Amino acid sequence: MSHQCDRCGKPATVHEVTVHAGEKVERNLCQECAREEGLVAGPHAPINELITKFVMSHGAAAKKQSAQSPRAKPCSVCGITLAQFKQSGLLGCPSCYSSFADALAPLIERMQQGATHHTGKTPRRAGATVDRHERIALLRRQLHDAIQAEQYERAASLRDQIIQTGEPVAPASDATDPHNACGDDDGGEAP
Amino acid sequence: MTHEADQPIEWLRCDAPASDVVITSRVRLARNFAGFPFTGRADTSERAQILRIAQSHILDADLAPKVMWVDITELSDTERRVLVERHLISSNHAEGDQPRAVAVSSPDERLAIMVNEEDHLRIQVIRAGLDLTDAFEQANTADDKIESRADFAFSPRFGYLTACPTNVGTGLRVSAMLHLPALRLTGDLEKVKRAAKGMNLAVRGFFGEGSEAAGDLYQISNQTTLGRSEREILQQFEQVVVPRIMEFERSARLTLAQKRPYFFEDQIFRALAILRSARLMKIEEAMTLLGVVRLGIVSSLINDVPLATLHNLILNVQTAHLQRTHKRNMSQRERRIERAALIRNALKEPNHG
Repeated sequence: MSHQCDRCGKPATVHEVTVHAGEKVERNLCQECAREEGLVAGPHAPINELITKFVMSHGAAAKKQSAQSPRAKPCSVCGITLAQFKQSGLLGCPSCYSSFADALAPLIERMQQGATHHTGKTPRRAGATVDRHERIALLRRQLHDAIQAEQYERAASLRDQIIQTGEPVAPASDATDPHNACGDDDGGEAP
Repeated sequence: MTHEADQPIEWLRCDAPASDVVITSRVRLARNFAGFPFTGRADTSERAQILRIAQSHILDADLAPKVMWVDITELSDTERRVLVERHLISSNHAEGDQPRAVAVSSPDERLAIMVNEEDHLRIQVIRAGLDLTDAFEQANTADDKIESRADFAFSPRFGYLTACPTNVGTGLRVSAMLHLPALRLTGDLEKVKRAAKGMNLAVRGFFGEGSEAAGDLYQISNQTTLGRSEREILQQFEQVVVPRIMEFERSARLTLAQKRPYFFEDQIFRALAILRSARLMKIEEAMTLLGVVRLGIVSSLINDVPLATLHNLILNVQTAHLQRTHKRNMSQRERRIERAALIRNALKEPNHG
């Protein structure tokens, strides 16, 4: 284990093997040189880099598992993929947190210094609304797409489904507030 | 824009707690409406809807005696920059033509809510000096009032859901703008920056991410938003982190005054003399010298310049403010001339008329 860094001669801690045109090339690097060559992350690697590295290694693992891994699927509500998240560092919609839960949980834990759960403020109206809003968001998105695609029959049916939830088709201001905070997830209002 | 340069905006106040070192305290809550994509994923019509919803909730919620709604897409470049220089919006928020706005409490400018930034709402509250508890109370109340009218995206596990997972949970960022000139003069600044990073804090320049530390002003803020309650984040920051850095700066000032009094006074009076004499003034130089003069004022070495005058200068020497004062776009050379004149005039020695 007395390898020396190929670049500076310090004790090497990183051992890299690459295959170039069928020929195996081995390199030994110290921590510092390895970081400069981009082989390991620095102690304060910027978030974007962290995401990239994380998603890259995650992506490799996912490929091994199966091509049809649920993780490769885009978010069912907004259509963003993990690869797009990797690029921008931004998620597409609140539902991404459940669509990508498996991939996000360990990433969030690293970003948040080991924290995994919220312990702070809770909105008074939360709870009953989470699923319901996911559903309405999905319906609105589908409606939007149907209109874009000029599928008017489908659009009309989607519109009716939204109206049935008691929510306005285009989310409106605070004028009405028929759905109270707790319970009645179906939102059906008896006439 | 209807701002007047001499309005008593919050962050220029001079009577605040710990204001020898802490210029401002700031609290920000990131929130998103349920049922919409995050801003970056929303198309123009969705962004327009989000804007309309936010506008009605914010203006109806009685958040302050007077709240101005500013549609950023209707502003000129200079007007947008003025908002950035006043720390009411981020540089990102100033750019582009997608629907976006900021709601500002007027005239104190303590509360500013950016709409359609990275998250639908960024509720920000500022206080002069070290007063994070009070800033948080105002932000929290604003959040409650808006939340009583709207559903925010929230999950029991991850808390408030944000576009970037670095903000998830409380969505709370607390920060303080610190004036650290003595640490630069004693050469200990790097040590303190490293210590701050060790305490898991972000250290940034005057204008946030990626900006230079103009005028020896640094913003420090918490990095993690999940797993601790708002009060815990706040308490740790206000009672442990900021006081520790404040003590470093105060002891550097004391060391300079006691062990190197000639050097210390020379730096301060030299800075004042340059500001009182220069005919051309770059923004970077102006900020550095004004920072050193501020140190002279809070150390009671300079007695003929009120702190308020100095704080007003820090704002009004900024490029967009200068152009707004002169009601025209100016070349860099013109700005340097006018900036130098503005400073000379404001710092004129009382006896010399």
